[in-house]
Amino acid sequence: MSILKLHYEIDGEDFTRAGEASASVKKRLRQLGVKPDATRKVSIALYEGEINMVIHAHGGDIDVEISPEAVRMVLADRGPGIENIDQAMKEGWSTAPDEVRSLGFGAGMGLPNMKKNSDEMQIETVLGKGTTVTMAVYL
Amino acid sequence: MNTFFHSVRLDREKCKGCINCIKRCPTEAIRVRDGKAMIIPERCIDCGECIRVCTHHAKKATYDHLDVLRQYEYTIALPAPALYAQFNHLEDVEIVLNALLEIGFDAVFEVAKAAEIVSDATRRYMAQPGIPKPIISSACPAVTRLIRVRFPNLIDQILPLNAPVEVAARIAREEAVQKTGLPPEKIGTVFISPCPAKVTAAKMPLGSSHSEVSAVVAISDVYPRLLKAMHTDGEVSPLAAPQAGKIGVSWASSSGEASALLNDNYLAADGIENVIRVLEDLEDEKFEHLDFIELNACNAGCIGGVLTVENPYIARTKLKRLRKYLPVSLNHASCPEQKHLKWDAPLEYAPVMKLDEDFAAAMEKMSEMERIEASLPGLDCGSCGAPTCRALAEDVVRGSASPDACIYKFRESISSLIDNLQKLNNCIPSTLRGSSSVEETHSKKGGELK
Ligand SMILES: Nc1ncnc2c1ncn2[C@@H]1O[C@H](COP(=O)(O)OP(=O)(O)OP(=O)(O)O)[C@@H](O)[C@H]1O
Ligand code: SF4
Ligand SMILES: [Mg+2]
Repeated sequence: MSILKLHYEIDGEDFTRAGEASASVKKRLRQLGVKPDATRKVSIALYEGEINMVIHAHGGDIDVEISPEAVRMVLADRGPGIENIDQAMKEGWSTAPDEVRSLGFGAGMGLPNMKKNSDEMQIETVLGKGTTVTMAVYL
Repeated sequence: MNTFFHSVRLDREKCKGCINCIKRCPTEAIRVRDGKAMIIPERCIDCGECIRVCTHHAKKATYDHLDVLRQYEYTIALPAPALYAQFNHLEDVEIVLNALLEIGFDAVFEVAKAAEIVSDATRRYMAQPGIPKPIISSACPAVTRLIRVRFPNLIDQILPLNAPVEVAARIAREEAVQKTGLPPEKIGTVFISPCPAKVTAAKMPLGSSHSEVSAVVAISDVYPRLLKAMHTDGEVSPLAAPQAGKIGVSWASSSGEASALLNDNYLAADGIENVIRVLEDLEDEKFEHLDFIELNACNAGCIGGVLTVENPYIARTKLKRLRKYLPVSLNHASCPEQKHLKWDAPLEYAPVMKLDEDFAAAMEKMSEMERIEASLPGLDCGSCGAPTCRALAEDVVRGSASPDACIYKFRESISSLIDNLQKLNNCIPSTLRGSSSVEETHSKKGGELK
């Protein structure tokens, strides 16, 4: 059984384009006939991750693998890394700068939302090197 | 079996096979094949965008004509509130209502009146605990159809109440039966509509198992007749008095329905592209603290419908002026029977975008589609008859087009064909080659020796 692989490069400078990867994945899941609820979860989790890459890490790469069992997403950036993952995972914790907050981001809800909407989630991070978030949503 | 009725259709004679409509269709429902446009019925939502953009007038809305009045013993006009915004210096709705009687209707029931009833019912519905918010308006049938094919996660949030025109038809017919003693089928309820989507909704309703709207005529068709019948001098004694106030009449333009809920936590979007953006974001839970979403496929709301005559923004100004002297509502706290209001056939997801019923097969097709798309030039030029290169790739895996429909692909195929012919020619064994070519080699060699 084949696995469908998708790759996206996320531009860290362009706010207006953030969300293109999740929109593209969502469109494909719809065409594959994936259950609406799973499609929604992937779309929400991926969008939050995509935005985080733009806001906190100057962009990066997203790889998505779709199989009959799950949608697996790997979001890798070469940003500053996360100092304290437990703290970052808390609802309401955010280091977003003011100009980002004025755009309506920075409520500190992104990572908790990703956790809530995925069936598996891991964060690997090295300060000064980057962060890789891996998520899976079961189909 | 004809499972799809659509008001929006193609006039083959007039179609030149250009690509204006395929590019603008919000659901990618149109292709050009063999020089003519064709609409994919399961994808069309009757929004009317193609009618707006077709410069050859080859896309048209089908609707009933006023001679339907002859089919019934008693006819009731159901004017959309957008009708009132079409006239210059209209001071009083009464003038339009009486003109409707003059052109042949036996009675008038304002859709604006039913709109006030629906507003009231919506407020009560939203006050119930535990309903999924934000609630999405179900008044624009193009939007409801769009949600049904593309936004399955939002179906539960659609307001499960009939649109004002349906409520108007139901109450009007019941009242007419009582008043005239005629059997219900002898009574014609005729909607005067701003758009084809409402025509489709009356023939193939969503949310209710049947429609009580007998016929749908176009505002643009009735307009010239009405103009002649409108008397502003007050000579005729008014037979029909206004039945609705500001709230009902405001439904004609964007945010009218939402503001009638007397709740600030709403969003109102108009124009089909904007509507799609809002629905995408809503599905991804990007909005918080909203109670109600009003969506209209047309710019500015129903006053922007393709069957209206006035520019929507001028119409909006006219509507504002007309509203000014109206009472807030004439139907507050009227409690019609629930059977007139409530949906009785809940909406179901129609996954028309799905590539295949079988997941494994859909995966195969998707992989193939990615491969084909990568081989196409990415110009989205439309010459192949599909709106984008990706859409062509999709058509190919669905079996309805060939990659050679792409003129660039075709050119590549031709040039590789020429290359291959050349190679083939060179491959011919020397024993089979003509004597002239053999001689040529000889003379060349001879030349080298010199
Ligand atoms: N890819 C990343 N690289 C570096 N830091 C990150 C990354 N993702 C998250 N963080 C850190 O974790 C914090 C919490 O992230 P989270 O997504 O939960 O909230 P937020 O992005 O600040 O706000 P919101 O997502 O609600 O707009 C961020 O403020 C940031 O400090
Ligand atoms: S906005 Fe109004 S006029 Fe336009 S399609 Fe929807 S119901 Fe019809
Ligand atoms: Mg975030």
